[in-house]
Amino acid sequence: MLESRAVSVYLDHNATTPVHPAAADAVAEALRSQFGNASSVHAFGQAAKAALDDARGSVAALVGGEPSEIVFTSSGTEADNLAIRGVAEAAPADRRHLIASAIEHEAVLHTCKALAARGWRTTLLPVDARGVVDPAALERVLAPETALVSVMHANNEIGTLQPIAELARVAHARGARVHVDAVQSAGKVPLDARALGVDLLSISAHKFNGPKGAGALWVRRGTRVAATMTGGRQERNRRAGTENVPAIVGLGVAARVAREQLASTAAGCGALRDRLEAGILDAVPGTVVNGAPDTRVPNTTSISFDGVEAEALLIALDLEGIAVSTGSACSSGTLEPSHVLRAMGFPPRRVQSSIRFSVGLGNTDAEIDRVLAVLPGVVARLRALAGTGARVRA
Amino acid sequence: MRIVAAMSGGVDSSVAAALLAADGHDVVGLSMQLYDQREGEAAFGSCCTLDDLQDARRVAARLGIPHYIVNFEHEFERHVVAPFVADYRAARTPIPCVHCNGDLKFRRLLDRASGLEAEGVATGHYARVERRAGGEGNGAGYVLRRARDRAKDQSYFLFSLTQAQLARAHFPLGDRTKAEVRDYARSRGLAVADKPDSHEICFVPDGDYAAFVERRAGETPRPGPVKDAAGRVLGRHGGVHRFTVGQRRGLGLASPVRLYVTALEAETGTVTVGPRDALERTALAASRVNWISAPPTAGQRVSAQIRHRHPEAAARVWPLEGARARLEFEAPQAAVAPGQAVVLYDGDEVLGGGWID
Repeated sequence: MLESRAVSVYLDHNATTPVHPAAADAVAEALRSQFGNASSVHAFGQAAKAALDDARGSVAALVGGEPSEIVFTSSGTEADNLAIRGVAEAAPADRRHLIASAIEHEAVLHTCKALAARGWRTTLLPVDARGVVDPAALERVLAPETALVSVMHANNEIGTLQPIAELARVAHARGARVHVDAVQSAGKVPLDARALGVDLLSISAHKFNGPKGAGALWVRRGTRVAATMTGGRQERNRRAGTENVPAIVGLGVAARVAREQLASTAAGCGALRDRLEAGILDAVPGTVVNGAPDTRVPNTTSISFDGVEAEALLIALDLEGIAVSTGSACSSGTLEPSHVLRAMGFPPRRVQSSIRFSVGLGNTDAEIDRVLAVLPGVVARLRALAGTGARVRA
Repeated sequence: MRIVAAMSGGVDSSVAAALLAADGHDVVGLSMQLYDQREGEAAFGSCCTLDDLQDARRVAARLGIPHYIVNFEHEFERHVVAPFVADYRAARTPIPCVHCNGDLKFRRLLDRASGLEAEGVATGHYARVERRAGGEGNGAGYVLRRARDRAKDQSYFLFSLTQAQLARAHFPLGDRTKAEVRDYARSRGLAVADKPDSHEICFVPDGDYAAFVERRAGETPRPGPVKDAAGRVLGRHGGVHRFTVGQRRGLGLASPVRLYVTALEAETGTVTVGPRDALERTALAASRVNWISAPPTAGQRVSAQIRHRHPEAAARVWPLEGARARLEFEAPQAAVAPGQAVVLYDGDEVLGGGWID
């Protein structure tokens, strides 16, 4: 029965994170007391507006921008949409070309696809076997009509960090704007939008212990972005709709905590991840890490278990109370071959046997011990079956 | 005991899961995703669509059991859809449900169950599986029987199961009527209690098999002649895959007597027609025969069913080498369609079955 299933070890922090108690308290308090409409002139509105201003400051500090450059959205996906559609719509008529990496999140890929259907030319940048985009490859596909280059800071499935600053220099030299999806790096590695040299940067609260329903897009001052949500004059005309004050307050608190504790969080997660990874590679034969081991966020490891169907392993581990993922959580909740691992050139056998472990706040050494105690047996059991007909699809 | 419940989102499999959970089993619900859901609009039809998966998930939540969707798109295509299309193009009339049971639910899903340390797989089939008491030699092992609700009986679709598969198969609905199942669903507050039954082949919900085969085969149908038994050409047809032995409609012939399809030939694309009595056969041969227990003795009297809705007919059977069998009916049977299954019964016990040549 579900009640008796102890889902005790949560190793899927790249899907979402538990809400930090301080953020949860702030959300609850805002729900109760900050009901005013931030656009209202009266005291109720002013209180809500002040709460938004506080959050804006915290988010700006987290990403290395100015408060006036922050646009609150409902999600990281909406921030990505606003960045890509907004820049595309605002670009001059002779700049109708978009470039994104092949391993972007669907929020970026599907948005580019939608624009492609409406006449924009789009180019996907390849990655190497480590999951890294080569700036020289960007150089080759940039064109005078390129409006925007969108490359994620850290990949959600493998954690690999991209050479954003270099990519931005290359893109700017050709007059293109640069968007970075930092949803998976915010709170895990230091973020400094100005130092990265980009023009737009997306984050999402629930990936760093904030609530769901809040994201933000940092837009460098002077960058032309057309609103994708039209209506009232909220967010300096860039995102209409009455602000979700409680969620944004939670985002603000989570951003503040994430920035203040970044060093210790990164170190703690890194130690747990490294021990987990080394332990798995040591205890389970036929395992290999996907992605660059040196340049990645400290909380993520993607591991292929040769001869094991990831979907079967995921379910077996869940019944053991260990929550992991096969990649990005997708809408149907089922396995789709990872476009990230495929773009890295891995054969289907490796792609379909890959599991993502992502640690986060609250994980303990004892939990890593438990995973290392349970996992080898589960993998051996599944491999024994694989020999009798339950083959990994070739 | 941990048991995997195959949950389609329909009332039958939902109640099967509910009954096992109520008996105190550690039930894990698995729903098979059988085709690509990303295209939005369902390429297939009424079974196992996103709505059905959603229904299964809601039932599992209501029952308090874990539930997962497993992706069997490739297996479904390979074991069920592709052979279905190939059969129609080879002028045979397939039964994809048998393959779905034998190759997916009680093979791939059973493998998954093993990986989860589950004892077996339960489905919402109306059939019974029992362990034969004491039987040394001839009768040892598991017995597959018709459901108590004869009108809902689905044992016909399960004839291909082996002893190893039956040993781990659970059919909690075998002793229940459909009305009881719906009542039970209501009593447990399951939202699917009044969900309509699916009748057609699940991936062809509109029942237009010919159009499906044409879409999937990706070629223009090959027209051919319609002939009578003497070889006289009576007309033209749009492709043998559009016909089944025993079919009367769609021939487009004017004739003083009702004409039926009596034979189909893929190589020449010939549809042969004749009056109703020309449909009758007194014998048939079957291949890929599975005997659930020991094979019957030569000439053993059995009851034979040659399609799902066929009232069983008295016959004698001769098991042959190479998983084949020959059957002689006591009275001639109409519309013995190649590609369909012949399933043999002794009372309510399924002796085995095979594919009509």
